[in-house]
This record gives sequence, C-alpha cells and structure tokens, in this order.
Amino acid sequence: MVAQAIAQATAEAITYPAVGAALDIEGVSHAFDIDGATLPVLDNVNLAIAPGEFVALLGPSGCGKSTLLRLVAGLEKPRAGALREDEVRITGPHPSRVVVFQDPTLFPWRSVWDNAALGLEAQGILKTQRHRVDAVLELVGLTSFRNAYPHQLSGGMAQRVALARALVNDPKILVLDEPLGKLDSLTRISMQAELVALWQRKGFTTLLVTHDVEEALVLANRVIVLSDRPARITADIAVDRPYPRHRGDPYLAGLRKQILGLLGLEATW
Amino acid sequence: MSTYSVSDATAAAAAAPRGSVRLANLSGSYGVGLAASLAWLAFGVSSLYWPDLGDWSRTDSLGIGAIVIAAFVLFGTFGADYLGGAGEALRKRAPWLVALGAFLTLWEVATAKFAWLPLPFFPPPQSILEVYTDDLPKLLDSVFASVKLQLGGYIIGATVGFLTGVSIGWSQKIGYWVHPVLRFIGPLPATAWLPIAFFSFPSSWSASTFLIALATGFPVTVLTWSGVASVSSAYYDVARTLGAKPSFLVLKVAIPAALPHVFVGLFMGLGSSFAVLVVAEMIGVKAGLGWYLQWAQGWAAYSNMYAALIVMSLLCSGAITLLFRTRDRLLVWQKGVVKW
Ligand SMILES: Nc1ncnc2c1ncn2[C@@H]1O[C@H](COP(=O)(O)OP(=O)(O)OP(=O)(O)O)[C@@H](O)[C@H]1O
Ligand SMILES: [Mg+2]
Repeated sequence: MVAQAIAQATAEAITYPAVGAALDIEGVSHAFDIDGATLPVLDNVNLAIAPGEFVALLGPSGCGKSTLLRLVAGLEKPRAGALREDEVRITGPHPSRVVVFQDPTLFPWRSVWDNAALGLEAQGILKTQRHRVDAVLELVGLTSFRNAYPHQLSGGMAQRVALARALVNDPKILVLDEPLGKLDSLTRISMQAELVALWQRKGFTTLLVTHDVEEALVLANRVIVLSDRPARITADIAVDRPYPRHRGDPYLAGLRKQILGLLGLEATW
Repeated sequence: MSTYSVSDATAAAAAAPRGSVRLANLSGSYGVGLAASLAWLAFGVSSLYWPDLGDWSRTDSLGIGAIVIAAFVLFGTFGADYLGGAGEALRKRAPWLVALGAFLTLWEVATAKFAWLPLPFFPPPQSILEVYTDDLPKLLDSVFASVKLQLGGYIIGATVGFLTGVSIGWSQKIGYWVHPVLRFIGPLPATAWLPIAFFSFPSSWSASTFLIALATGFPVTVLTWSGVASVSSAYYDVARTLGAKPSFLVLKVAIPAALPHVFVGLFMGLGSSFAVLVVAEMIGVKAGLGWYLQWAQGWAAYSNMYAALIVMSLLCSGAITLLFRTRDRLLVWQKGVVKW
C-alpha cells in the first residue's frame, strides 16, 4: 500500500497543486521571562518558505524549535519581527495552519474518532464532513480503533491519531513537531513514506521539526540548521533529489555528514 | 521423547487445578453458603424458641421470615449453577450473610430473650419490623418529604455551584468579584445560617431548600473551579489551532476536562447536604425523616428511631450509588475509578 501510494504520488510530484501557502518569517526574535531573567530563545530568524515546500528544521535540543513553531501557529506573538502567511500577518491561530505537537495531547475523554473530528467540530462543519474523519483514520491505519479511548492506545498509535486530527482539516501549512519521534523504526519508515505521499498529493506547505538528520534528508526539499539557544539559522541546505529517496543514496550521505558537522557531531559519524 | 514429556507435564498441570477447584468449591463456597443458611436458621429458631420478655406482636413473623430466608440461601447455594447471575451474586455475598445472620441472632437473644442490653434503648429486631408494618404510612410520608426537599435543594445547589465554578475558573473578571465572597461565606457551615434563614425566608421549606443548596453549592463550586483552572493549556492550544472559538473551549474542552473534579465536588456536596437536611427537618420543617427521628425520640419510641435510621442510611447510600453510577457512565474514558 505504501509503495503504491509513493508511486502514485511521484507521478504527480513534478508540479505542486496550488494548495500550500507561502510562509515568511521576517527578523523574528523571541524570549521568555523566567524568574525575572530574560531567556533569549530566537535571534533574528529569517526564512522564506515557498508554497508547497517541505522544510525540515534541525537543531540541538532546547534551542527553540518548538517555540518557532508556536509562533508560526499563532499561539504566541514574537517579541520582534513578523510572520506572514501568504503576505497576511499572522496574529492568531487559524485552521489553515495546523500543528502536530511534540506530545500527542489527545483529549482523554474523546474516542479516537472524536479526537480526529475535533477540528471539523470546532469549525462547525462536522455534520456534512463526517466521511473526512473516516478517510483520515483509514489513512493512518486506525479504523478498527475508532471507538477506543486514548488511554487504550500505544504511544505510536496516539501519535498517529494526532497526525490524523491535523490532516483532516486539509491545512495549507502543516506544522509538525517531531511527529514520528515516538514511533518504532518500522512504523516510522512507513509513516515517512505516507507523509511524503500525502504532501505530494495535497500540496500543502510543510514545516517539520526533527532530531533525525536522516529523516530530514529523506523527507524535505530544504533543511534548515539552527544554532544553540538563542537559535539562529546556521545553514539552509537544498535537498535536490527526486522522491522516493533511498536512505543509502551517496548524495544524501554527503549532506548528512555536512549537517552533522554543522551540529557539532562530526567525530561521531 | 522430550516432546512427550513436555505434553505429559502440561496435561498433568491442566488436570490438577480442575480437581482442586472442585474441592475448593465444595469446602469453600458451598461451605460458606451452608453456614449462611445455618446462621439465619439460628436467628429464626432463637426468636421462636424462647419466649419474649416484652410484648411484641411480630415475633412469629420475624422467626418464620428468617427461616424462609435460610431456606432460600440453602437452595440458592446448591442450585447456584442453575441460577446464573443470581446464584453468582448469592455466592459473592454469602460471607456477609453469615455475619448478618450471626449478628441478628445475637441481637435477638441479647434483647428480646435475655435482656442483656437495657430494653427501651435497644429494641429487638421484631419491634423494628413492627414499625415497618404498623407505622408504614407515616414513615413513607417522611421519606417522600425528605427526598423532595433534598432533591430540590441539591439540584439547585449543584447547578448554581457548577455554573459559578466554571465562570470563575474561566473568567478572571468574574473570579475577582466572586472569589472573596466565596472565601468569606463558603467555609461557614450551612447550619450556622439556620436562624437567619428561618426568619428571612417566607417558609421553612424554602429556607431549608436554600440551606441544602448552600451546603451543596460550596464544594461543587470550589472543585469545579479548581478543575477548570487545572486544565492543561496544551488542550487549549490544540483546540485553538484547529479553529476553536471561546465557546467551544469552554463547553468542549474546559468542562469535560474538569468533570472528574466536578464529581468529587458533587460527592462532597451530597454528604454535607445530608447533614443540613436532617438538622433543618429537626428544627424547622415539620416533616421528613429528620423530623420523624426527633418525634420518635420525644416519645421515647426507640424502635421507630432505629427504623428511621436504617431507612435514612439506605436512602443516603442509594443517592451516592446513583451519583457514582452517573459518574461511571460519563467518565468511561477514565481508567481505574473507585467503585462504590
Ligand atoms: N512557556 C515557556 N516559558 C519559559 N520558557 C520556555 C517556555 N517554552 C519554552 N521555553 C524555553 O525555551 C527554550 C526553547 O524551548 P523549545 O521547546 O522551543 O525547544 P526545542 O528546540 O523544541 O527543544 P526539543 O528539541 O528538546 O523539543 C527552552 O530553554 C525552554 O526552557
Ligand atoms: Mg521541541
């Protein structure tokens, strides 16, 4: 099924459908106040993402990746600079920019199906769009768990429900904060393929945070490397390879070495 | 060779427990059932065999009733396999039936037969049975009055408390005004308002309703409030990025997340409102079980008192069971909730 989806997707991959939105991050700086002291987290981040691009963010733990995603989502306002979606300044959350958070944060009082339906229900369109929930649960392979409650799911299944809950909204920008972090390596590889297939089919702009350099290289058009806190962009690397990509690709291996070097891990390679 | 020995061993292992289960059944659960039957038989026989020391009209009915129960337990025990759920239920309760039968026998002997316990204060079981048969209309009227008063006050208090709790948990502005009032008035026992309530309300019934509502409302408010306030902001973030409006955040995020706390508040409110109900009935309202207790004490009718107490305890326990059932229904998504 996965291979089929990829094959089908690659055929359409040459031109992006015009669903994705452009995302501009202009001179964004952010800081938190902890016990009266100011903790700078983002330092003048500039990033222009074209519609339909797949951008991966790599950086050391605690450097400010999740914070940047919260700003993109509109959950917080930056201390300086501006973020724009299709030239329109982001001032608050909007369902066109959906986030899959680092923790699945499923609502424990809702069944899997009801969790996935959350966005449609919040926007008041669930009554006419129930089939979308069914379709997206099928996509993440959880149809048989539609009536289960979150405490009955494994960590990986919960993460898949969180992904389904985001995808059901047909976002223009999909923001992913280590969405595959809790999956076992097999499920992870198949979910990566599903993600690429989905992205190619739907054409949304994707911003993915990951700790896994290989994952970034297999999935993204473009890899952004961030410095230690406060995060600055230290490298902006285009990954110009067709999909489906192979993990053993020597071109990707070269990029991997370069990126690990930027992250200060050259010796371990 | 080795496969044979393995399968032999498993077969033996499978066979062994079966035999021992049989044995355990005979000596354990049948034994307990038998003991329960005997205990109730002893209760019946003890009340029929010795003459009463006082003048009670229901001794024979009591004795015969106990023997009938003993017979039921006996048949139930040995016919358990054919009785399905009822048989299983009886088997589970058999140890309690033993204890109850023994206790009743002791009580019967200690009061009606040999008066080891001083008589007017410790009435025998047959005199309590007599209350239930001869004073039934009055008792039922009291039950009805109590339930009506309690239900009205509790529903008002729980509703107001819930709405107040959600409001102050959600809106800082409302919290600013309500919180100090809550701190000032809430910890006061509702019974302290009794004198004021009874002269400032048009009827003693409305005053009591107010007091019961007050006793219920405070814990419900505080726990609903703390429940709403402790909802993780991550839930709100998720809902907001999916396009939720404030009304959705309150109704579909804050309230369901706070519901486990709300039920703790409802449970605490139930307990404190029972106390207020009884006191209010004793002092103000001339109806209900509290009043019945007071009246019985005034006439030194101790068996009526015990009879009313037993009814009261069944009602309170029933109310709590109902609350817990409702909670289990609504909170199926929680794991490991306490069973009442
Ligand atoms: N709400 C907050 N209040 C105060 N400090 C915060 C808050 N959120 C994040 N921080 C701080 O900002 C820094 C960056 O946090 P962030 O979650 O963005 O890191 P991250 O890059 O996503 O790390 P990881 O890869 O481990 O998830 C951390 O030092 C954290 O302590
Ligand atoms: Mg993070």
